[in-house]
Amino acid sequence: MGHKTFPGGVHPLDFKYFSKDEIIERCPLPSRVILPLSQHIGKLPVPIVKVGEIVKTGQLIAQASDGISLNMHATISGKIKSIDTVSHPKWNFIQGIEIEGDGRDTWVELVDEEDFMQLSGEEMRNRIEEAGICGLGGAGFPSGIKLNPPSYNTIDTAIVSGVECEPYLTADCRLMMEKPEEIIWGLKIMMKILGAKNGIIGIESNKPKSIKTLKKLVKKEKNIRVVTLEFKYPQGGEKQLIYATTKRRVLSKSFPSSVGVIVNNVATVVSMYEAVRYKKPLVEKVITISGKIVKRPSNFMARIGTKMSDILAHCEGTTHPIIKAVIGGPMMGYAVNTLDVPLIKTVSGMILFGKSEIKTEEEKPCLRCGRCIDVCPNGLMPNFIASSVKYNDFVGAKKAGVVDCMQCGCCSYVCPAHIKFIQWIDIGKLKVM
Amino acid sequence: MAKPFLVTVAPHLHGGTSVKSVMWNVVVALIPALLAGVYFFGIEALILTCYGVMSAIMTEAIILAFRKKTITISDGSAVVTGLLVSFNVHTGVPWWIPVVGSAFAIAIGKHVFGGLGHNIVNPALLGRVFLVVSWPAIMTGNWQKTVMNSINGLSNQSLLDLPEQITGATPLAVLETLQDTVFIESLGENARVISESLYQEMISFPTLLNTFLGNIGGCIGEISAIALLLGGFYLLSKKIIEWRIPFFYLFTVAVLTYLLGGYDGFMSASYNLPLFHILSGGLLLGALFMATDPVTSPVSKKGRILFGIGCGLITVIIRLYGAYPEGVSFAILIMNLLVPLIDKFTYSRPFGKK
Repeated sequence: MGHKTFPGGVHPLDFKYFSKDEIIERCPLPSRVILPLSQHIGKLPVPIVKVGEIVKTGQLIAQASDGISLNMHATISGKIKSIDTVSHPKWNFIQGIEIEGDGRDTWVELVDEEDFMQLSGEEMRNRIEEAGICGLGGAGFPSGIKLNPPSYNTIDTAIVSGVECEPYLTADCRLMMEKPEEIIWGLKIMMKILGAKNGIIGIESNKPKSIKTLKKLVKKEKNIRVVTLEFKYPQGGEKQLIYATTKRRVLSKSFPSSVGVIVNNVATVVSMYEAVRYKKPLVEKVITISGKIVKRPSNFMARIGTKMSDILAHCEGTTHPIIKAVIGGPMMGYAVNTLDVPLIKTVSGMILFGKSEIKTEEEKPCLRCGRCIDVCPNGLMPNFIASSVKYNDFVGAKKAGVVDCMQCGCCSYVCPAHIKFIQWIDIGKLKVM
Repeated sequence: MAKPFLVTVAPHLHGGTSVKSVMWNVVVALIPALLAGVYFFGIEALILTCYGVMSAIMTEAIILAFRKKTITISDGSAVVTGLLVSFNVHTGVPWWIPVVGSAFAIAIGKHVFGGLGHNIVNPALLGRVFLVVSWPAIMTGNWQKTVMNSINGLSNQSLLDLPEQITGATPLAVLETLQDTVFIESLGENARVISESLYQEMISFPTLLNTFLGNIGGCIGEISAIALLLGGFYLLSKKIIEWRIPFFYLFTVAVLTYLLGGYDGFMSASYNLPLFHILSGGLLLGALFMATDPVTSPVSKKGRILFGIGCGLITVIIRLYGAYPEGVSFAILIMNLLVPLIDKFTYSRPFGKK
């Protein structure tokens, strides 16, 4: 193909045709939002509101605690209904805040600083931290902390990931076509905060329109370039993206900052731009609802905390009964047993599967065919990890590289024995780490 | 409340390869060789193969039932083993030979170790070796002439243009005898002084073309190089097998027979020894279908290279210096046993690790 890429990986069908031409629609205001305190990696924030209190959209309702943590804001205006256990797409139930909307959507005061690029890097970073932004691509690492790398690392390159290698998802693809300027501003903000000289926007070759749009815009920028990457999963993995665009290898157990790079997703940089320019907190994000059985697959700008079933209602439901609902992409997302879960910051899609698309296969004995090793983008030996964990040999699992696994699922994708690698690796990680 | 949705672990997409598809693709790849066997040896070849396959399936079903496991004969792995065992006998054997061989392969070669995926050595090869060492006279004597040979006589195969009666001995058996004789001279001039028996064997020595097509003595599935290659390329194109093991296996045999065979100047000059070694005997069958058995070969690419070279080395040593004319089965079995060691030394290095 000639496009830049990384070793390993798989080529699943991308299924993006369902929703890639659908313009991002604004989801109507929900009457109620559920905001779990855990929407990111790190400690839970501390609620600073009381039940019955009236809040405005964008008002801080939970304050980040010390260390790695994240602010949380009200995403609609209304009354705090409860601070209790709420449903969470990944952890089932967790502490959270529920807001009963008043339907008026009264915002906190926003600003519009046209000369926002004159702000100091420190001030920009503070605003991003205040806005409660974390990595919106899936990992959910608080952005304020990411943009404050250890001082012994000089960052020379800021990368914006428009890869979106997960099949079905088109949220980032649409964002790049509809908000390209915001993305470039976001990248510039990132570069200013980090003092990075180079900016790179990496996009997979299956999004030609996005590439064209952004390439046109960066023509006049000296330090920013758009890199077309091969369509291959998991091209969007942080280490894989860094390798594909800069040929730098991030060592195991270390961060991208150790090779002078910081990566952020396009959705994250758009929020960063809005946080810096308008002081707008992170209250909404783009989500793709897709799948063969969805009547009207599309991309939506929805308030965080909106119930998935409410968002699905705007897709006019499904043609067949839902058998499996996956939050996130089909490769790394997690299946939920109900749509009664809220949209959280890290979720960028929901895929619904009907009966014809679901095949549950029993796990068979490993044939030692080595396909998992060939496709592992991290060069691990998934078969040895799985068998070690299965027989409680956690030393062996560690040796086979269980801690370096990013759980992209390529091994399971190609496994003829249908071994549930991710499950074994999850267990292994719990025992080893 | 509505019925909860199905919850499974990620990923929620699958590439589509299954144990079943892998095994049945191997069966498909073996069909050309079976057809070649039937073409050259007649319907007997098919009947013997059916005996072998049926025996393998029955044994698998009985043992799985005995072990209180789900009966998974439809995954095709027993069919593959049965086919491969039957491919390793010649058409002169009684019906119970493939039956016993397949049953032994499945029971002792596979299920004693825990069934599919857990066996240490290739079950089919174990079955073959069991047959060879248990009934050597039946397994290596009485080689059948191919139908084609009987019809055409020597018209398309004799180098000396002497239409004499041919023996059905395998090319490698002939070669073994030839190597044992001290007498090595230019054939044409000294034909008269060659002893009668040796002379008989020499004229039965097949041409490369016949070895390539399969018009030679040998086992049902191993004679036709072109049919085996066809199946091999099918598996390669389907990505069921990987090129490293067969390539390095054949490459090693070619290089070593070229270097070592040079001492027998006579053979290498007139018979293109390395190519002859590659095309004859069970080498192609072994290299393409048996050494590549994923269960008993290394998992890493580096390991597969080592495995291929090791197989080649042992095969050539046995063929050129050992008592047996054929070394493929022993070579692969020995290398099978070394696989855990190879795996240990070819542990892969995580991406980004120095």
